[in-house]
Amino acid sequence: MDFGYQIFHSQPGSRLMRYAISANRLRDGLVVFFAPGETWVEQLADARLFDAEAEAESALERARADEKKNLIVEAFVFAVKAGAQGPVANHIRDAIRATGPTVRRDLGKQAAG
Amino acid sequence: MYRYDEFDAGFVKERVDAFRDQVARRLKGELTEEQFRPHRLMNGLYLQLHAYMLRVAVPYGTLDSRQMRKLAHIARVYDKGYGHFTTRQNIQYNWPTLADTPAILDELASVEMHAIQTSGNCIRNVTADHFAGAAADEIDDPRPYAEILRQWSSIHPEFSFLPRKFKIAVNGAARDRAAIQAHDIGLQIVRDAQGEIGFAVYVGGGMGRTPMIATKIRDFLPVADLLAYTQAIVRVYNLEGRRDNKYKARIKILVHEKGAEWMRAAVEAEFAAAPRVGIELPAEEVARIKAYFAPPDLAPRAHSLAFEARRRSDPAFAAFVASNIAAHRMDGYGIVTISLKPIGGAPGDASADQMDAVADIAERYALGEIRVSHEQNLVLPHVALEDAPAVFDALAACGLATANAGLITDIIACPGLDYCALATARSIPVAQRISQRFGDTARARDIGQLKIKISGCINACGHHHVGHIGILGLERKGVETYQITLGGSGDETCSMGALTGPGFSSEEVVDAIERIVDAYRMLRTDESEDFLTAYRRVGMQPFKEALYETSKGADI
Amino acid sequence: MLWKNGAFVDDPWRAIAEGEDPPPAGHVILPLDWWLQERDAFANSNAPIGLRVEPGVSIETFLQDLGRVSLIALSFPKFGDGRAFSTAALLRERHGFRGEIRAVGDVLLDQLQMMERCGFDSFEIKDPTVQRLLSERGAPAYSRFYQPGAGAEGQADGPRPWARKRI
Repeated sequence: MDFGYQIFHSQPGSRLMRYAISANRLRDGLVVFFAPGETWVEQLADARLFDAEAEAESALERARADEKKNLIVEAFVFAVKAGAQGPVANHIRDAIRATGPTVRRDLGKQAAG
Repeated sequence: MYRYDEFDAGFVKERVDAFRDQVARRLKGELTEEQFRPHRLMNGLYLQLHAYMLRVAVPYGTLDSRQMRKLAHIARVYDKGYGHFTTRQNIQYNWPTLADTPAILDELASVEMHAIQTSGNCIRNVTADHFAGAAADEIDDPRPYAEILRQWSSIHPEFSFLPRKFKIAVNGAARDRAAIQAHDIGLQIVRDAQGEIGFAVYVGGGMGRTPMIATKIRDFLPVADLLAYTQAIVRVYNLEGRRDNKYKARIKILVHEKGAEWMRAAVEAEFAAAPRVGIELPAEEVARIKAYFAPPDLAPRAHSLAFEARRRSDPAFAAFVASNIAAHRMDGYGIVTISLKPIGGAPGDASADQMDAVADIAERYALGEIRVSHEQNLVLPHVALEDAPAVFDALAACGLATANAGLITDIIACPGLDYCALATARSIPVAQRISQRFGDTARARDIGQLKIKISGCINACGHHHVGHIGILGLERKGVETYQITLGGSGDETCSMGALTGPGFSSEEVVDAIERIVDAYRMLRTDESEDFLTAYRRVGMQPFKEALYETSKGADI
Repeated sequence: MLWKNGAFVDDPWRAIAEGEDPPPAGHVILPLDWWLQERDAFANSNAPIGLRVEPGVSIETFLQDLGRVSLIALSFPKFGDGRAFSTAALLRERHGFRGEIRAVGDVLLDQLQMMERCGFDSFEIKDPTVQRLLSERGAPAYSRFYQPGAGAEGQADGPRPWARKRI
């Protein structure tokens, strides 16, 4: 049985670190990611990645315009790194947001893939 | 159980209609998130890690079959086919959409339920002994008083913006199954020298960041004064409780900083000065509410031969009886605990099909009554022992016959970082792995009564402070770390667990628990000395030695 | 803008800041500290006086003045700071204050009726959105309550002695 207790390692300040923007969609609350073309997508793999945190922070200002348009809530920047199957959130909390509950592999983003 | 009258139904409908309007305005952009958030929270709708989460109140944990079927229906239609029963005797749905929420609240209202005051700095769902009305050791049923408090505290104009949330628990039996000394107000039903029913009043208990055992400020409060005295406590708290720091805002900090004597004097002075008009409880009104909870008309039953025969012939059934059937006040009946802790499962989760099955079983064998316990199990309070084999078989058919109530695998766990936006570490996977490790029934029975409680953050929704073994999940440099406490207890001998020492990684923590359990088995006087008793006799040291002998733990 | 009795009304009162001289005509709302220091100066005056009270100040501080003042403005520095709800309830039910109790500061639309039920009768509304919503739709008004309150309400039908209905 998979109890999903793999360890998430983080290396803050790593040169391989990149940044993405996430939020929750207002209407259904689901996790979404800011994507090229200033749209919102459901998979981290489709998200726009920023090389520098400052760049992501300035994009966050534009992303937050969609809070005012009542499309999303609680937009924020988080760190990602390259993984074998695409970008992986660096922090465990962001990683679980980007995949789904580790105790229910049939639910959340991980179920769609 | 309590039934809504026209007034109650109208009250809920007004609130649901208002929230539907607020949701519509939010979706149209007429309300900003800042403006909308208080409404959303007032109706139990949180924004969690993956989606919205709706927390539905189950007043003092009492449900009937009709309501349970509705909960199943909501899980199926508006969620992902399951719900999570919580340590506050409530149920949470993890995936509702904002747009659907008014419809869900309508569905709930149709069976006399709602989600009001399951969030926010107000008086939350009043909890009570889950064996209420059935237990052999009961002095008086706590639910009528919890119901009166529920009504009086609903959208209270003065107490909806308290310094912090406020939790009241009522216990009516000699054994405290409601953990009243770990609540903001704990009410213990007692009889005075004349045999009159009243309450011993405890104030200032709580868990969270600063665990405190409540202080008794009244030995005997007459029933008539229940609301007036509660008002006095909450008013003193509202005016005097700290608001400069949310971690110091619970009433326990006020009691701790000002002292129990100050608190008692302040409450008594406020109580003496306040007019009683409208909140004194007339005896006939108490009797009217009590009538809703009148004991069911059960005739004593003779010793059941079928029950005994099955118990002798079927070890699985015998194990179920031993752990999951408690003494009922009426001969020939038992209180059946339905464990929501299958070996390796997520504590407190039930599928829609399981909820429907429990509703059916309750209707057929248990007068349609169901309880939710703060230990995240369900309870059938009135089952004839003659029917127990059939109930056991029906539960087994839907995966709900795990014979582990009160045993080491009956683990309490909050949703943790798998779902919760506040969590710092995962709880459920740790519970699952411990459950798996001790999954052998004979081994668990040999270990005996042992409550493991796991919280995924310092807020302690998993009640780890009162676990015989408590586990607190924290984050250290991006990695989950688990601290262990020993010797906590939420019953009438309430105590807060003591930290063993350095924490353990996710990989180490199950082995650490096993070392503690092995140490207990070595040092108990005999099999009748349970874990808590043994711990209280020998103290921390032997456990510490066993725990850190092979691992030094993480340095935190 | 001042919301009172279900409408925006002209406010005859003027709030005086610390250190400012109050005009002799009265209808001024004075900071409590100011009043406590200078109240002797008003010994021979009948000018209507109001007091502004911050949360955390005990009613005992100005109990002796309740007969003299016509208005008490209770402050909400943040909408979540609910102390003034209890202060208003105590002023009305314990101390029989009959003057105006005004909510000032961060006042939410959905708090208005709760405030009314605790004894407030006027509301200083600064937020433009709340002003607009009040103009368009009035204050949210529920009709059923599980507690006695100070608003325009009466005993509800049925047995529950604590229940009230809006009249």
